[in-house]
Amino acid sequence: MNINIFISSVLHLILIMITAFSLPFLAKKPIDLPPIISVELIQITDKTNIPFAPKAKKTIEKIKEKEKKLVSEQAPPKKVKKIKPDSVPMPEDKVKKVEKIKEDKQNPEKIDNEVKQVSEFEKKELFDPNNIAALIDKSKIESAETIKKTDKVTQDQQKNVENVGLSLSEEDALKAQIFGCWSIPLGLPYNENLLVRIKLQLEPDGTVSQSEILDHARMNKPGQGFYKVLAESALRAIKLCQPLRVPTTGYERWKELQLNFDAREMLEG
Amino acid sequence: MKKYFILFLILVLPVNSFALIEVDITRGNLNPLPIAVSPLSIDKDSKKSFEKILKKKDIGSEISIVIENNLKTSGLFNPLNKDAFLQAPDIANLKPRFEDWNLIKAQALITGKVNFIDEKLRVEFRLWDVLAGKEMMALAFTTVPNNWRRVGHIITDKVYERLTGEKGYFDTRIIYVAEEGPKTKRIKKLAIMDQDGANNKFLTLGNELVLTPRFNPTSQMVTYLSYFRNLPRVYLLDIETGIQEVVGDFPGMTFAPRFSPDGKKIIMSFAKDGNSEIYTMDLENRIVEKITNHPSIDTSPSYSPDGKYICFNSDRSKYQQIYVMNSDGRNVKRISFGKGLYGTPVWSPRGDLIAFTKLHKGKFYIGVMRTDGSGERLLTENFYQEAPSWSPNGRVLIFYRETKTDDKGEGFSAKLWSIDLTGYNERLVDTSTDASDPSWSSLLSN
Repeated sequence: MNINIFISSVLHLILIMITAFSLPFLAKKPIDLPPIISVELIQITDKTNIPFAPKAKKTIEKIKEKEKKLVSEQAPPKKVKKIKPDSVPMPEDKVKKVEKIKEDKQNPEKIDNEVKQVSEFEKKELFDPNNIAALIDKSKIESAETIKKTDKVTQDQQKNVENVGLSLSEEDALKAQIFGCWSIPLGLPYNENLLVRIKLQLEPDGTVSQSEILDHARMNKPGQGFYKVLAESALRAIKLCQPLRVPTTGYERWKELQLNFDAREMLEG
Repeated sequence: MKKYFILFLILVLPVNSFALIEVDITRGNLNPLPIAVSPLSIDKDSKKSFEKILKKKDIGSEISIVIENNLKTSGLFNPLNKDAFLQAPDIANLKPRFEDWNLIKAQALITGKVNFIDEKLRVEFRLWDVLAGKEMMALAFTTVPNNWRRVGHIITDKVYERLTGEKGYFDTRIIYVAEEGPKTKRIKKLAIMDQDGANNKFLTLGNELVLTPRFNPTSQMVTYLSYFRNLPRVYLLDIETGIQEVVGDFPGMTFAPRFSPDGKKIIMSFAKDGNSEIYTMDLENRIVEKITNHPSIDTSPSYSPDGKYICFNSDRSKYQQIYVMNSDGRNVKRISFGKGLYGTPVWSPRGDLIAFTKLHKGKFYIGVMRTDGSGERLLTENFYQEAPSWSPNGRVLIFYRETKTDDKGEGFSAKLWSIDLTGYNERLVDTSTDASDPSWSSLLSN
């Protein structure tokens, strides 16, 4: 009897622990970024650009000179690749610096807001120097390296974002794409509850491997003609939009996605 | 122990799962849906037979043109140019090559076949979802060859219903007053035509002035107002047999008789003792019942589709506004509160909206509002326009508009126009003469 009570209490304790740590609603909700962010984005890029700009200028000059030489000598592309690593250390340094900054920002003592800002805009921040480097070199190897580097950064970032949804910009990009593909059947009534929820399984490139209407039973029920029409239009939109504009990273996060199609706002006029 | 271990595993496994990301899609585009209407295929023998009977070279192609025009005028579909079609009609009807239709950006495809069987026209059609690569609908109709245009309309209704979720309005007719001659000596005849303007017929000779024709719910009978020796009379006309019947002579100014939703009564307004009130008349026993009793002018009554309420206009609040009351005249409520004068309210067959004409600052508007008066939307504005009538699905309004024919404003022309609820899809309905007072029938195939 006592053993049973003991086992029961242990299991209950485990259950409580697991729910406390795993249930999504108990996790800290991400703070919605206010519109001010755009201003802060400028500040961040300014900060990051300032130290890198002179270096970038130097590298541009160096590479231009080298390219000129190479062109005059009609050197094969392989040689160009050999030369490029000399100019590459610049971006590497930059990335390390950025990572340091990020580590600082991930310090729990600091304000949440700052952490979020980093996770939101890090990519852009990092993309600037890398893009400059890519512009300078225009070589595939170089761009491949930069992509790897950004990957490293986003892996760190992922720790923050793991259980969080898409960022605002990622969600907006996806929404904007589907808005364009979805021809809303204008004959639908505005005063009925017509919400079509579709669960998608996605490939890393954004193509849809499987789509499932969550209230599928409603499709063939009598008197649900409007729902069927809306569901079919939503499926057409998804097919038309493929591949979906999903983030380049964090596949585990969005490999399953639920789209909720609701036309009421549009139909009400 | 094993049980506990399994239980433990079940509990622990979800720890690493991710919360499903949800994205709300609340907007879409309002562009018409691209649809391909392949000409209906027809075998050689059938082609020859139809050519003899109907004097049409390729009846399959003609039917597809009717469908295409209907879809286009609805404003909800964009029929694609046939020149871009890669697949022949007969093969497309068997099994469409969806890649080809996808290539020209078609999202839906209509294919079909026409046959001449036992002196009759047999038309089968299929509707395909190009993106999903599946058949959405397949139907066949058999009728007399002369009904070929109606078959086109019925097919459009079916396609429209399948793709929009609401019933179509293409297999319908419109009755109107055809007008000819100068404004001072106008000849007005009753005329009827298909909703696309085809098969136009005059129902009266034009000896008497006719006004405000309205269909009954089955679209077999029409009630209208005619002046006989300068006295207004309400008539009933059976459009199939052509038999006319006088419902009654009413005193003073009589306006706009309309059927009740069950078709058993006529509701109208007339001025007995100099004051215009709303009355109903039972068509079986001819008993007239007074519905409103107010010293103001009450006119233009229209029943709600369930017959429980009546909307009408009245100047009881100094200016002409729209009111709603119970069908027995109780519980009168004013619903329009905007600036200007409101008139000719008509309850939508769907029951959710009331269409009206509004006069404000010298301009006429056709608009809609909810039955409680909220959500007023003005759909179109012009120098002079009025008398909206609903399509049977409550999505499109037909009305008439008078326009000046020269810069001096002398001379005028009255034409029928249609507009859908979005307010964007406004179209001129082609009539051979000037036209006014249109009334839209219910679906003929129902």
